[in-house]
Amino acid sequence: MSTEARKPPLQIALKIRRLLGGKAGWNGVAVQFAFAAVLGWIAYEIISNARANLENQHIAAGFGFLANNAGFDVNQTLISYTGSDTFLRVFVVGLLNTLVVSAVGIVFATVIGFIVALCRLSPNWLVSRIGEIYVELIRNQPLLFQILFWYLAVLAALPNPRQSISLLGIAFISNRGLVIPQPIGQAGLEPFLAALAFGVVAALGLRIHARRALFLRGQMIHIWPYVLGLVIGLPLVTMLVFGLPITVQLPQLKGFNFAGGARVIPEFVALALALSTYTAAFIAEIVRAGIQSVHKGQMEAGSSLGLSRGTTLRLIVVPQAMRVIVPPLTNQYLNLTKNSSLAVAIGYPDLVSVWAGTSLSQTGQAIEIITMTMGVYLLISLVTSGVMSVYGWRLNRSLGA
Amino acid sequence: MTDIMASSFVRRDLVAERPAPVKTTGFVGLLRTRLFNSPTNILLTIVSALLLWFTIIPSIRFLIVDAVWSGNDRGACLAENAGFTVGACWPYIQAKLPQLIYGFYPEAERWRVNLALILAAALLLPLLIPRLPVKGLNASLFFFAFPVVAFFLLHGGGISGFGLSWTAGLLELFDDSIVSAGHVLLSLSKTSAIAPLLWVVGNLIVLVGIAIRWLIYPLTWLRDQLQGTGQSVWVDFAITTAFVSLIAFVLGGGIRTGWRALASSIATFVAIAMVIKLMGLDHGGLPIVATNLWGGLLVTLVVSVTGIVTSLPIGIALALGRRASIPLIRIFSIAFIEFWRGVPLITVLFFATYMLPLFLPGNFTVDGLVRALIGIALFTGAYQAENVRGGLAAIPRGQNEAAAALGLSWWKTTSLIVLPQALRHVIPNLVNSFISLFKDTSLVSIVALFDLLGSLRASFSDPKWSTPSTAFTGFAFAGIIYFIFCFGMSRYSLFVERRLNIHRRN
Repeated sequence: MSTEARKPPLQIALKIRRLLGGKAGWNGVAVQFAFAAVLGWIAYEIISNARANLENQHIAAGFGFLANNAGFDVNQTLISYTGSDTFLRVFVVGLLNTLVVSAVGIVFATVIGFIVALCRLSPNWLVSRIGEIYVELIRNQPLLFQILFWYLAVLAALPNPRQSISLLGIAFISNRGLVIPQPIGQAGLEPFLAALAFGVVAALGLRIHARRALFLRGQMIHIWPYVLGLVIGLPLVTMLVFGLPITVQLPQLKGFNFAGGARVIPEFVALALALSTYTAAFIAEIVRAGIQSVHKGQMEAGSSLGLSRGTTLRLIVVPQAMRVIVPPLTNQYLNLTKNSSLAVAIGYPDLVSVWAGTSLSQTGQAIEIITMTMGVYLLISLVTSGVMSVYGWRLNRSLGA
Repeated sequence: MTDIMASSFVRRDLVAERPAPVKTTGFVGLLRTRLFNSPTNILLTIVSALLLWFTIIPSIRFLIVDAVWSGNDRGACLAENAGFTVGACWPYIQAKLPQLIYGFYPEAERWRVNLALILAAALLLPLLIPRLPVKGLNASLFFFAFPVVAFFLLHGGGISGFGLSWTAGLLELFDDSIVSAGHVLLSLSKTSAIAPLLWVVGNLIVLVGIAIRWLIYPLTWLRDQLQGTGQSVWVDFAITTAFVSLIAFVLGGGIRTGWRALASSIATFVAIAMVIKLMGLDHGGLPIVATNLWGGLLVTLVVSVTGIVTSLPIGIALALGRRASIPLIRIFSIAFIEFWRGVPLITVLFFATYMLPLFLPGNFTVDGLVRALIGIALFTGAYQAENVRGGLAAIPRGQNEAAAALGLSWWKTTSLIVLPQALRHVIPNLVNSFISLFKDTSLVSIVALFDLLGSLRASFSDPKWSTPSTAFTGFAFAGIIYFIFCFGMSRYSLFVERRLNIHRRN
């Protein structure tokens, strides 16, 4: 007598239950419906209240106001802007200002942060104490406090432009901001840039070629003479042929103010200074933790293989430390970008200041404006975290984990 | 024999003393090994000593040596009157101290602020010292009782009802909203393409609303009856006490084991009654001090303590939601957390100040401080959720499985087994979040609230005290306060971390 295997029971109901209610089963489905009902109720209340309130205040909802004239000035613009431009342009101006102060802050924060981290790791007792004092002092004060300190106390205490402090005779700092030499493009600029770009691309290509040769055939190619020739020599030749790419216009004191040169407003100086010193303290701790996370044996193994100390650091320690450093470092860059919104406290015309501040008070379109502002920051951080998760995925793959 | 004697070597005299090894301990050792052991290090030491010389000495000169310690107005702090380059102008801080601590809180009522601060310290300190007992009671007092007491102490005012009236009012509000939603659907059904469906759903919702209204009718009726009597608060209080105690008794196991729950419930209500009586909440309470008069350190502490107390439950709920297997709840938690973590706090405060009032019913105004508090609670809650999630992830699966094997429900597993361990793991992270919260409270000065930094900034514009060193003095004072709080918290977090990791040391 042969017994046939019984067919498994239909799993559709189970699967649906699992899909809808998770492990909690039908209870989960019920909870979910209740939750959806509550969310729906809250959404309904919000929408109906907002509609009624907007009607009472005679505000027309929608993004039509973006095409209206802004009618106010902004004291730092990267693109041409006048009071008769539209609100949309104000938005772009503010966004660009946010991005430029973040970029400057990130560069300086990284440099200062690495220096402080090296100080903290230094075998010299005094130097490491100084690094520690810096980190503790900066980390335990609010950022807004530091921004206001630089802006209201330090920059305000600087002399007026006539007695401004000269930095090597090319830049001048006073209570009206920083005046720096302005580069002015000449006829030779375009060929120079083209040559430079070609040089960089060719150098990168050479490097890829050399690495492939090393990994596939074990052949060492010294590429640095070629790279030097491409990146420095080629632009120099074009400079000789086409003339100087840029001339630098030095600022000069005329009357009560400076003529020539580019002026950096004091708000920018204060904000960039505070952001970079503040974030540097956090970056220093990250870098220190990263370098300390690499086991001492790695260094010893490197030297037992006959690598020099520099080579060991470059090829063995730093790549492993970077794996620990990069994710929190990106996080700090993101924090710095978000913190640049504190500009509103000192009136630097960033996104929050000109858009969620001035434009909001002029138009009263609170919902649209704040949604757009939050959306921009949200987009920046989501894109960053997306890039970071791709990085983490690649790292895991390359480690074979 | 003599051969052996001759070939063996026996030392006849003592070896000459060798010099002691180079000292590597103590101050001299430190100098030798860590400061001056190589030319580079000598150079570094000299450079950093110069750096310290040019930063520390001027700071000390400014703060102490060159400072002016007494005076009545700016005249005392001007170089031409004092006769030397003036450092810090401490009389300015002395004159502005009330403003920096209390804001514009009426002078006669400031004892209330002091009392609230003392209460907070008395409850918080035992909570922070691991060796002291009754942590559970202490924590519940700090997290539940203290905020309420502090509210009535700082803000003032009384209550007109108790649990019964509040429940009735809340249910009524909810019911009204349901019925009005149903009516909106009904009115839509006249124009829409899917009219019959809308009509049916709308009528169904209205029906549900009316049914709820009948269901809660006894409650509302009782409340209306109570409003008429003179002792409405106490009668309401008695009814609530009886009702809640009964529920506690029954849920606690009835006649067999419920006595303990009953006793603790009644004790709680007696304590509440004593507080109500003591503060006179039943007849108006203390005089009301509107929050726009609050300021200075008071606002900083109120915002940070409220943030700490409210963000933790929000964070725990979101963290559990993010790990839940029910799809909608998980998706909602992830979206909520990522949203608040992705935007800067200042835009959250703008949202709370300008956008939130639009979302509330027109006749419903929210105080400026409360709006900022809501924004901060949501923002910090999202960050705390990620901290708590880290702790939850650190709990081994076996704990959950063991609890399931014992037959515990999800709620019991979570509250008795998973959460206590998870939270203990992440105390240092939570404290670090509190440090950033404390620092972030300074941002409320941007939305027109006068916290410590806001009050400081406002005091700069006083012409009576405008001297070249005013701003530096003010920043030095506020900086020291912020530093003490943040540094203290960070040391505490290190201390807890070390205590938690004690078993890993060996």
